[in-house]
Amino acid sequence: MHPLLALIGKDLRLHVHNRRALILTLAVPIAIASFFGSLFGGQSGRVKPSGVPVAVVDLDHSAVSAQVLSNLLAEAGLRVSFPTNEAAAQDAVRQGQLAAAVVIPANFGRDAGRGLFGGGAKPDVVLYEDPGRQMESGLVRGLLTQHIISAVARNVFNGASGRQFTREGLARIEEAQGMPAGDRELLRTMLGGVDRWLARVETNGTSAAGAGGPGGGGGGFSLPFNFREEPAVREAVHQFQYNGYAHSFGGMSMQFVLMAAIDWGLAILLERQRGLWRRLRAAPISRGTLLAGRAASSALIGFGTLAVCWGFSMVVFHVRVLGSWPGFVLCNLAVAVFAASLGLFIAAVGRTPEATRGLAIFVILILVMLGGAWIPSFIFPEWLQQASVVIPTRWAMEGFDGMTWRGLGFAAAVKPVLVLLFSSLVCGGLAWRWFRWEAD
Amino acid sequence: MNPPILEVRGLRKTFGSLVAVEEVSFSVAAGECVGLLGPNGAGKTTTLSMLAGLIRPDAGEVLIAGRALTGDTDPAKRRLGLVPQDLALYEDLSAAENLAFFGALYSLSRAELRDRGAAALDLVGLSGRAKDPPRTFSGGMKRRLNLAVALLHDPEILLLDEPTVGVDPQSRNAIFDNLETLRARGKTILYTTHYLEEVERLCSRVVIVDHGRVLADAPLAELRAREGEGQRCTVELAAPAPADWIAALRGLPGVRRVAARESQLIFEVADLTVAVPAVTAWLAQHGAQITQLSSARPNLESVFLSLTGRNLRDD
Repeated sequence: MHPLLALIGKDLRLHVHNRRALILTLAVPIAIASFFGSLFGGQSGRVKPSGVPVAVVDLDHSAVSAQVLSNLLAEAGLRVSFPTNEAAAQDAVRQGQLAAAVVIPANFGRDAGRGLFGGGAKPDVVLYEDPGRQMESGLVRGLLTQHIISAVARNVFNGASGRQFTREGLARIEEAQGMPAGDRELLRTMLGGVDRWLARVETNGTSAAGAGGPGGGGGGFSLPFNFREEPAVREAVHQFQYNGYAHSFGGMSMQFVLMAAIDWGLAILLERQRGLWRRLRAAPISRGTLLAGRAASSALIGFGTLAVCWGFSMVVFHVRVLGSWPGFVLCNLAVAVFAASLGLFIAAVGRTPEATRGLAIFVILILVMLGGAWIPSFIFPEWLQQASVVIPTRWAMEGFDGMTWRGLGFAAAVKPVLVLLFSSLVCGGLAWRWFRWEAD
Repeated sequence: MNPPILEVRGLRKTFGSLVAVEEVSFSVAAGECVGLLGPNGAGKTTTLSMLAGLIRPDAGEVLIAGRALTGDTDPAKRRLGLVPQDLALYEDLSAAENLAFFGALYSLSRAELRDRGAAALDLVGLSGRAKDPPRTFSGGMKRRLNLAVALLHDPEILLLDEPTVGVDPQSRNAIFDNLETLRARGKTILYTTHYLEEVERLCSRVVIVDHGRVLADAPLAELRAREGEGQRCTVELAAPAPADWIAALRGLPGVRRVAARESQLIFEVADLTVAVPAVTAWLAQHGAQITQLSSARPNLESVFLSLTGRNLRDD
């Protein structure tokens, strides 16, 4: 039997013999990835999102505020509740039960319409925000702005209320002191035209804002565009959509493969302490064979771990490879090889098991955090996104995401694979050079 | 005498400022069993490590059958079988798997691994435990398996680094039976230990080292002869003897040498019947109270003591 095969076989046997460690090696990443996956959106389209919890207190009770409330209730991304008063809403935000609370003041509909034409004081819509949930309150602010503009415009440029607002506007133009004559004439013409048009619509029985719906061609006043939401990923035959578990399983399984690889690197140092190293070095085998044996067994175990974790995610959470299968397999192999060489490198640098453990924790935390294994790297600040391109695990995650839920082709896997293999070569080479080969 | 199969010439090894081996030279003939004897820290294990190619000497060379070891993959390494002082076994692999793995490092075929594994286990009396992992073994059984692993590739030279450390007398006897069998099969054995009785039982020649230097290299009989055919007599006193007594005692009839160690006086005597009455009478005249008196034939310990002035088990 070739010594290299013997070395690999021995490590695989040791791995399988330790049943408890084997189960933990697989169960822990699956459990954590499942948890993170559920946080990052889970299975899009299969599980109803919980929505951002927001409260609305309507002190106006006008047609405008009713329209705003109706639109907010129709938003899938929001979970709207109606507390009894403003104090209760504010308290719920303070206690973290709500991401935000909106208070629509009394006379909002009237004052907002006047405010649109610059007349009278603008109403204050109060938004209570949880400082710890700024992304969610930002979403609420955006949706609220959209629906208020829509409702107010609908009210101002529609029917009797619309005519009242235009007439009030015309009256303020006539009363305005010091307005240049040319400006006064232009505004009078514009609002007079609107008033006449509304009167005509009223007479003909057609709603001016009725054409505000999607595809409406009858004219009227509304938002000047419609949103059409489409997934940017290639859809497979079975119409799979974004799956948050794809990212979390890639990240978490890679993290645990890195940890396991460090353990295998440590195993060499423990072999040295236990005298096994003397026996291994006494045999007529090269240093390259010794390191290659450990690297190969570690990579095989890592690849097996990745395969089991991905398999679980596919069966239980319906994660799918929407991109290239060969690219996906290559990415996994490259990650396993990189982890194995990193383990040897850390062991070579650490020199003793104790020092290596401390160093390993630091290195793995940096790699998984900056690599986007915990949270996607697009959430990082711009400078960190730029800086993290030197982190091999960042490329691994790009490869995993690209081949799974992004549905990219084989070409998208080439760069991540090359970066990982190059990093493996560097780590392996340095390990070979820095390893303390002589027996104690 | 067979030609030397193992030659050590001017070995030197330092670790920083520590000189582990200063100057060690000796040779071992094919089929010979040589004891490398010395106290802890004498440089035995470092010497053995250089012999096995585990560490590179700063100076000197090791010749296996007249040829120096060149590199990690030198085929001459196949002629060596190392039994490390530590139990170099994988505790979670079975005894048979341990043997198969270490044998495979020497590129043995599957059939060879199977047959030789069975033979090695048979030799050390562990055939019935082939499928059990060493973590279920007693200390003595692990030591025997540790020995068996080194035999799988059928080496001509066995390098044993204190192979009986920490085992009970019964297991030690079992290991010695194994080693005597191997010696009878013509294996060359270099046996490192600080147990004198082991060297006396197993080896025909002894190399005594201390502080990284060879103090003596001779057949056992020759070393004993150096100490003479006389006997050793130890007198235990109630109090340490004054230093000026030594010269006076040396002049007594039948006394060859005298050494003092704490409250003991150690005599090398030509004839017990002449020396003992003279010594006891002299001590009585000078007021010394004798608490114990014993005598023995000279052994390696006395040789070591006379060479180094230290007891073998002193650290």
